[in-house]
Amino acid sequence: MLPIAALVWASREKGLHAFWSVATAPEAIAALKLSLGAAVVVSLVNALLGTVTAWVLVRDEFRGKGVVNAVIDLPFALPTIVAGLTLLALYGPKSPVGINVAFTRTAIVLALLFVTLPFVVRTVQPVLHELDRESEEAARSLGADELRVFRSIVLPNILPGILSGVALAFARAVGEIGALVLISGNLPFKTEAASVFVFTHIQSGDQAGAAAVAVVMLAISFAVLLAIGGLRFLATRHERA
Amino acid sequence: MHRRLGLRFVALGYLLVVLVGPLAMVFYRAFDSGLGRLWDSLSDPNTVHAFRITLELAAIAVPLNTIFGVVCALAIVRRRFPGAGVVNAIVDLPLAISPVVVGLSLFLLYGRTGWFGHWFQAHGVQILFALPSMAIASVFVSMPFVAREVVPTLREVGDEQEQAAHTLGAGGWTTFWRITLPSIRWAVIYGVVLTTARCLGEYGAVAVVSGNIEGRTQTATLRVQDAYENFNAAGAYGISLVLAVLSVIVLIAMTLLKPKEEAA
Repeated sequence: MLPIAALVWASREKGLHAFWSVATAPEAIAALKLSLGAAVVVSLVNALLGTVTAWVLVRDEFRGKGVVNAVIDLPFALPTIVAGLTLLALYGPKSPVGINVAFTRTAIVLALLFVTLPFVVRTVQPVLHELDRESEEAARSLGADELRVFRSIVLPNILPGILSGVALAFARAVGEIGALVLISGNLPFKTEAASVFVFTHIQSGDQAGAAAVAVVMLAISFAVLLAIGGLRFLATRHERA
Repeated sequence: MHRRLGLRFVALGYLLVVLVGPLAMVFYRAFDSGLGRLWDSLSDPNTVHAFRITLELAAIAVPLNTIFGVVCALAIVRRRFPGAGVVNAIVDLPLAISPVVVGLSLFLLYGRTGWFGHWFQAHGVQILFALPSMAIASVFVSMPFVAREVVPTLREVGDEQEQAAHTLGAGGWTTFWRITLPSIRWAVIYGVVLTTARCLGEYGAVAVVSGNIEGRTQTATLRVQDAYENFNAAGAYGISLVLAVLSVIVLIAMTLLKPKEEAA
């Protein structure tokens, strides 16, 4: 906890006004905007494809499912800098598949998708596994089509899982650095994410600028934690009642 | 049936494009320039040193966080005290905070003008740009994993057996070693595996506080970046290969441990 306090203290040392002017400098704003924008895109993709993946892993049967299930955790096990390098190898200048997105915003989104992939899958999977199939059967026998069954029965049950997975993915996407340093190119105003901004500004000795952006990132982290806490509270509502 | 196949196609295709494809590339690229080059790049003294630093950091952070995680989990689940929710939230903090922000915080705390930096400097202890700050950074970022795995298991196991041991005259320690620890051991091991993986792969926080001095405070992950940016692609892919192999081992360990935990 102490290091965090020191950070907030340091950012306030020169007064709130100075903090504000550094945090709203055009380059800082651009970096924060990029990180938040990318995190939103990544969250949406995760919400959709993460849920589909979890669904396939629980409800579908095919050969090699165990291996696929294990591969989901790969981003937790693989160092993020290696993740960045591998993405650069596959989708960079010497790409064997002819796709080169290196040093673009697409590359940033791709790298963030890699590191955040497990979150939604792992929060939705157990809920889907526990879900009672009988109510779905009942809905079907009453004439509901598949879409209706999903919307009215399945979705309400897995929504807290999706949302808390998305919140974790969002926090991770805003803060990620390892996967980005190699593939994003770090061009100010274009592909410089907030985390990389903090890093480069520490190295160039601009601690005030780094601290200002870091405090904004910290505020986002706390907001996400609060959101997750709120979701947990809502999800266990019926247990407490 | 069509819809099911469609969903399967979408999910597996997504995993292939985002996860498996890139991972396969690192193996391909590492062996691309021949085994001789690979061996040369890995036996470079600075690379060997970088791996040693990484292992040393893991050797410090993993035991500390294991003990801390178990104690924390016990405190959160077994002791009802005001503020348990706050402790729970603080344990999760490193998952939500960017490693760079953690690094900067330590930088400011132990730097020349920092709260502690002044004192340590007066006593001639080098914290920043040396092993101590890197160890603190590693401990910070890998803190939550053991506690997060142990808390739900402790809840599920319940405390009836502990109470029984207690009424039979067992002391606190005996109860812990004979009853509590055996019932949570798979969760602890799983948490240790995750903690180790996080320590080996840590980049952001360590990058800020280490100073990245070749042959002194450079870890394996920092060396990957350094090598790549200095046009030593073979070196970068070589180190990445070793790290990727390690993470595949971690992945296998996770898969083997998981069903046991659920069956217990």
